Amino acid sequence: MDAQVVSDRGVGKLVLRRLGFAVPVLLLVSFALFVLAKASPFDPVERYFGVRIIGASPERVAQIRANWGVDQPVVEQYLAWLRHAVAFDFGDSLSFQQPVSQVIGDRLGWSVLLVAIGFTLALLLGLLLGTAAAWLQGSWLDRLITATSYTLEAAPVFWLGLAALYVFALHLRWLPGGGLTDADAPVSFGQVATHLVLPVSVLAISQAPWFVLFVRQNLLESFTQDHVVGARSRGLPDHLVVSGHALRTSLLPFLTLLGARLPELITGALLVETVFSWPGIARATVDAALNVDFALLGALTVLATAVVLLGNLLADVLYALADPRVVLDG
Amino acid sequence: MADLAWRRAPRSRLAAAAPRSPRWRLIPSAVVLGVLAAAVLVVPLVVDLDQQYVDLAAANRPPSARHPFGTDELGRDVMLRCVYALRVSMTVGLVAALISSVLGTALGALAGAVGGWVDRLLMRLVDAVASVPHLLLGIVIVAVLRPSLTAVVISIGLTHWLSSARIVRSEVLSLRGRPFIDAAIVGGSSRTRVLVRHLLPNVAPQVLLATTLAVPHAVWHETALSFLGLGLPPHAASIGNMINDAQRSLLTGGWWMSLAPGLVLIAATLAVSGVGGVWRDRLNPKRRTELTW
Repeated sequence: MDAQVVSDRGVGKLVLRRLGFAVPVLLLVSFALFVLAKASPFDPVERYFGVRIIGASPERVAQIRANWGVDQPVVEQYLAWLRHAVAFDFGDSLSFQQPVSQVIGDRLGWSVLLVAIGFTLALLLGLLLGTAAAWLQGSWLDRLITATSYTLEAAPVFWLGLAALYVFALHLRWLPGGGLTDADAPVSFGQVATHLVLPVSVLAISQAPWFVLFVRQNLLESFTQDHVVGARSRGLPDHLVVSGHALRTSLLPFLTLLGARLPELITGALLVETVFSWPGIARATVDAALNVDFALLGALTVLATAVVLLGNLLADVLYALADPRVVLDG
Repeated sequence: MADLAWRRAPRSRLAAAAPRSPRWRLIPSAVVLGVLAAAVLVVPLVVDLDQQYVDLAAANRPPSARHPFGTDELGRDVMLRCVYALRVSMTVGLVAALISSVLGTALGALAGAVGGWVDRLLMRLVDAVASVPHLLLGIVIVAVLRPSLTAVVISIGLTHWLSSARIVRSEVLSLRGRPFIDAAIVGGSSRTRVLVRHLLPNVAPQVLLATTLAVPHAVWHETALSFLGLGLPPHAASIGNMINDAQRSLLTGGWWMSLAPGLVLIAATLAVSGVGGVWRDRLNPKRRTELTW
């Protein structure tokens, strides 16, 4: 049996195993959210009536309860929710007076755009600066990069966002400070691109330090490994040793970390979107939380969890493709 | 590129990973931590100044000799408010980190000591919770409990116990096979006694370390929640609330109101994780990593 067949079958198994983990997790998370929502003292029916509940007849209140199904046991309500959720129907959002799927659908694209570009930039920055720092280990550049990374890692991302907003949008007036387009301007490529620069940069800069430090650390460790020492002793030029030998092995764990980093990325995007009033899902999340809109908040949380699980799955598959030993061992 | 690190000490393969002296991290971190602790603990006791003192005549002043960090839109001194904000944020961070450590230690010890399906179940739970972005889970918990100090502390406690649970479990698992545990069992100790008298005391240093390293995370979490308006009540000066308030002033040019709390937070975070990092390297030199400095 040749290696390719083994690895393909192994990857298939890996995907199955991962899915076997992901589905129960999603069920568990959604059920826990459901129970949390039910346990909160907040009553959607009372909210629907507002002050008028004082004058409303008990029959009418009971009628609404029955219509909404909130008089059923929690498990039955959950199963009903689940049946609809499988078809991407997450109910209606109380705060937006729209179906949840529409609220999310309108905003998700912009969030994905921001996150995808920001993440790619952060990765590139991490690779470049991390390699540079390791290459020039101990030099002033290394110290500068490392110190900046630690500082940025400690700085709250929304504070970085405000700083960027002040300097580039308010003080220098180079770039627009928020929103998707200028007021009243139609959505066009140029408009979105200029409005994207600041949020994307802040997201990338807040995410990059961790990658920088990781790449640097792993490269330094790999400098002492046998195959790197061996390559050097065969007389290969240093830049080839780093790019062809040291980087290759030290980037393997990087793949899994991309998956592990997703929750932080989503958190960062949430805060960056808030600072720059980006029309993504962050505003919807905060509104949903402030207005106790559990239908929307729950759907968003389940969605984010699904994204994280999917990212982990993808990272594992990439890892297995890059290093077939993983599948054979595991 | 003649001066690659490995060139400098060609005879020793260890040279490439030679660590810098911990003093470089320890001394500045300890000094900053000491200054901040003195400010946070002593200033409110000694100085007879009211952080809520409103002086509209002195509103929106940039940094000056009288107000080193300037004043906010109500004329309150930003530096004094920073001290009180750090006090609030640090208290929240410490309490929340303690709660999450206790929770994590209990679950981790249970998983490691009992083993079997309990262990598998608990570790699946850890993986499941780890899949939900922290801040989002925190927001949900705050939404259920309505924004308040207690809600914030609970929300941080319930989202940050994972790392201590993992650490305690792996420590307990590695300790379980040691001869002194066998000796205790042979000596007639009950399961509880082995756990409480022999396993937990040996895990304690690691737990304390994990708690210390969790404090900056907890502070960060509180700050983020407060910034989103889902944290502490608006009148309480916390770092997040200050930055949130300062957003409006930023549009009219008041950069100092958000600059100061951010810098204070960065200094505090770096100092805590600096001291924690040196401590960790002493405790487990093999697991040395520079990801937290």
